[in-house]
Amino acid sequence: MAEKLISKIPDGPLAEKWTKRKSELRLVNPNNRRKLEIIVVGTGLGGASAAASLGELGYNVKVFCISDSPRRAHSIAAQGGINAAKNYQNDNDAVYRLFYDTIKGGDYRSREANVYRLAEVSSAIIDQCVAQGVPFAREYGGYLANRSFGGVQVSRTFYARGQTGQQLLLGAYAALNRQVAAGTVKSYPRHEMLDLVVINGQAKGIIARNLVTGKLERFGAHAVVIATGGYGNAYFLSTNAMNSNGSAAWQCYKKGAFFANPCFAQIHPTCIPVHGEQQCKLTLMSESLRNDGRIWVPKKMEDVIKLREKKIKPSQIPEEDRDYYLERRYPAFGNLVPRDVASRAAKERCDAGFGVNETGLAVFLDFADAIKRLGHQRVQERYGNLFDMYFKINNVSPWEEPMMIYPAIHYTMGGIWVDYDLQTTIPGLYAIGEANFSDHGGNRLGASALMQGLADGYFVLPVTIADYLSNKFAEPKTDINDPAFEEAEKAVQARIDKLFSIKGNKTVDSLHKKLGNIMWEYVGMARSEEGLKKAIEEIKELKKEFYENVRVPGEQNEFNQELEKALRLEDFFEIGELMARDALNRNESCGGHFRVESQTEEGEAKRDDANYMYVAAWEYKGEDQEPELHKEPLKYEFIEVKTRNYKE
Amino acid sequence: MDFNLKIWRQKNAREKGHFETYHISGIEEDASFLEMLDILNEQLIREGCDPVAVERGCQSSGPVSFDHDCREGICGACSLYIDGRAHGPDDHVTTCQLFMRHFKDGATITVEPFRSPAFPIIKDLVVDRTAFDKILQAGGFISVRTGAAQDGNTILIPHDNAEKSMDAAACVGCGACVATCKNGSAMLFVAARVSSLALLPQGRPEAARRAKNMVAKMEELGFGGCTNTRACEMECPKGISIDHIARLNREFLKAKFRD
Repeated sequence: MAEKLISKIPDGPLAEKWTKRKSELRLVNPNNRRKLEIIVVGTGLGGASAAASLGELGYNVKVFCISDSPRRAHSIAAQGGINAAKNYQNDNDAVYRLFYDTIKGGDYRSREANVYRLAEVSSAIIDQCVAQGVPFAREYGGYLANRSFGGVQVSRTFYARGQTGQQLLLGAYAALNRQVAAGTVKSYPRHEMLDLVVINGQAKGIIARNLVTGKLERFGAHAVVIATGGYGNAYFLSTNAMNSNGSAAWQCYKKGAFFANPCFAQIHPTCIPVHGEQQCKLTLMSESLRNDGRIWVPKKMEDVIKLREKKIKPSQIPEEDRDYYLERRYPAFGNLVPRDVASRAAKERCDAGFGVNETGLAVFLDFADAIKRLGHQRVQERYGNLFDMYFKINNVSPWEEPMMIYPAIHYTMGGIWVDYDLQTTIPGLYAIGEANFSDHGGNRLGASALMQGLADGYFVLPVTIADYLSNKFAEPKTDINDPAFEEAEKAVQARIDKLFSIKGNKTVDSLHKKLGNIMWEYVGMARSEEGLKKAIEEIKELKKEFYENVRVPGEQNEFNQELEKALRLEDFFEIGELMARDALNRNESCGGHFRVESQTEEGEAKRDDANYMYVAAWEYKGEDQEPELHKEPLKYEFIEVKTRNYKE
Repeated sequence: MDFNLKIWRQKNAREKGHFETYHISGIEEDASFLEMLDILNEQLIREGCDPVAVERGCQSSGPVSFDHDCREGICGACSLYIDGRAHGPDDHVTTCQLFMRHFKDGATITVEPFRSPAFPIIKDLVVDRTAFDKILQAGGFISVRTGAAQDGNTILIPHDNAEKSMDAAACVGCGACVATCKNGSAMLFVAARVSSLALLPQGRPEAARRAKNMVAKMEELGFGGCTNTRACEMECPKGISIDHIARLNREFLKAKFRD
């Protein structure tokens, strides 16, 4: 089966690979494009930009989202910015440097060619978004402004206050709306994909549940694009939106698409700490805050105790009694080390007992210096909305006292395995954005998720998919009465019937919380062989409990949010188990994946290139069967693989 | 904290709705309003049915349906009308950013859906806001094809214009403006988009046409007209100013003169 993992990376010099591949790709004549149907599932940056661009090209596109409008996709919540190698700051930035930072930031577990292409098209993304009317921040001369993000030494991040994701998504959504009006795209909001339909080995459609009527509906096409984001909500508490889920991708996995590097999950260092038992969601504070905010905990335990007892305010602790631990440990990058490094450093301090709130799981992010240096007005312009947001949630003003932050699950680098053309192991099935695995390796750099979603959607997929479709226009439309559709719909119906029939006494959320606890405990910031084995066992137990004891109220044929959640949780059990399995297999520390067995004396992550320089792609083998591991070796032809060093 | 919750229940678009009252206790003051509803739903599911409702001859209404997603005030999905105010008794927040510390312990809280003829109820507190998508499809875009753009820095935009454009672009499309307006007008929503694009050079070529088409679509979809009460501005979670409505009117008049 190893031959299934053909990455299709073009040969030749790195900088010419994408141009070369584009020149090889077959085209579809404009008259034939309207005979071809494409399904796009998901309307975040990847899905919306892909659907709009495919519509502009003249294909017949059907686009699906679970929310009431495409604009609600979780890309909307991205705050800080989007990277591009424009070198507008004259700080010696270049495509190569963006590529290099991204590969290095990903701890050498992503594909060279894919990452280079990402850096190569980054510039065109900014141009596209400006043309769409995205109100990026401007300098007084009218030129585009930039800021800096973690893991880099240049300023290449473009931003629209702390709402960059929102503005980029509204741009892509506007382009999508234009195509809906033009009739090339048909939008299906409040529809959830519950299965992929494969005919003769090719992706030909989906089964979706209309979330308003509750009915199962069949949709056929010549190709299917998955743009449904990541699976971070396996942890229950994460910065993902409440409805974000891994189910569409998981159904593809169960139909034969390989799932790559599932254990690579990003833990974001700057989130608002957990406040209590009743919490359901963690809120991110943008990484951009680390441009000007300084992270610290007290040096003295007595100060920690006083803080916890609320006897002193953090601003009363004198400068010399503060431990700016990132600046101390990583002088070259300081507060702007990559996310995985910053997260582990926070955990290290809190594990040592220096956590600054009642739970002991929080550190400070302080703006006092920045306010002094830049003045109120500049800080307000840069971070005003984030300060407001923090105040609303915590009732403490960051203008007066430092923010409290702690790491939380934020993004998943792993995802559906794709080749250079973004095609999965199922012909005709493509995966873009966070849903695929390809560009971020073991750790994603800040402001790169938006870049990847839009790169895939605007500039890569619309070109590569033509190659697959070039000989499909003569084929008749996919028949939704084909036995494959019949069978897929029956299987979905059986799943739903089973859930209603259990009639137990446990709510979906209570079981999801339990799963989250297992995941955070054993598949979180520090993972061990023993813990991971335990996680696999405990998840199996919990899944059993779910099938014996869950209660799904209401009926199928109505708006039923509990049923939606139950279906997603079924998949999260399996996703969680595969994450643990993958983490167990990868006995090295790399990026966001930290195995306690693999660290240096100083407690830094220790990679094992000799044994693990590969993409772990898992193949589904059936219910309760162990999945099969396939390895795609990672070859670095153009860069030297080094140990990541953010100290010097 | 303890509360009595008077919540609008409606099985679907066709059936009549009614209020049901629930008691909830043990809520932390740092819990958000939606977390409080999550807890209520847990309770309702566990009880299997709601005893108060059953006593009144009502079949189990099950958990309360409500729209929500990001829970950080940006996706615009949450939409409740709480104690007579869109997004409840705090200023410039969405419901998900509303915290229980804003309520008195023991209070009775009334929770309704956003009401507007253009937003039909789907179930309980969930409404259909696809009319907003339709308005934007009528012209809320700049007609540029993927790949056709010039270098971003060739379009110079004065800092303050970019900031003003961003002020308008902050609209999350929640519909609080419509729910608050006595006329059920979507003027602030339309104006936010029209104004955001009209303030940018890229948006100028289609500015007048955009205003005309979007306003026409708004009227066609059953939203009311604007009588400048400023209620929308007061309740907008993003504090979008009605100055943008003035700009929309200017663009709209320009288009009309041209006709």
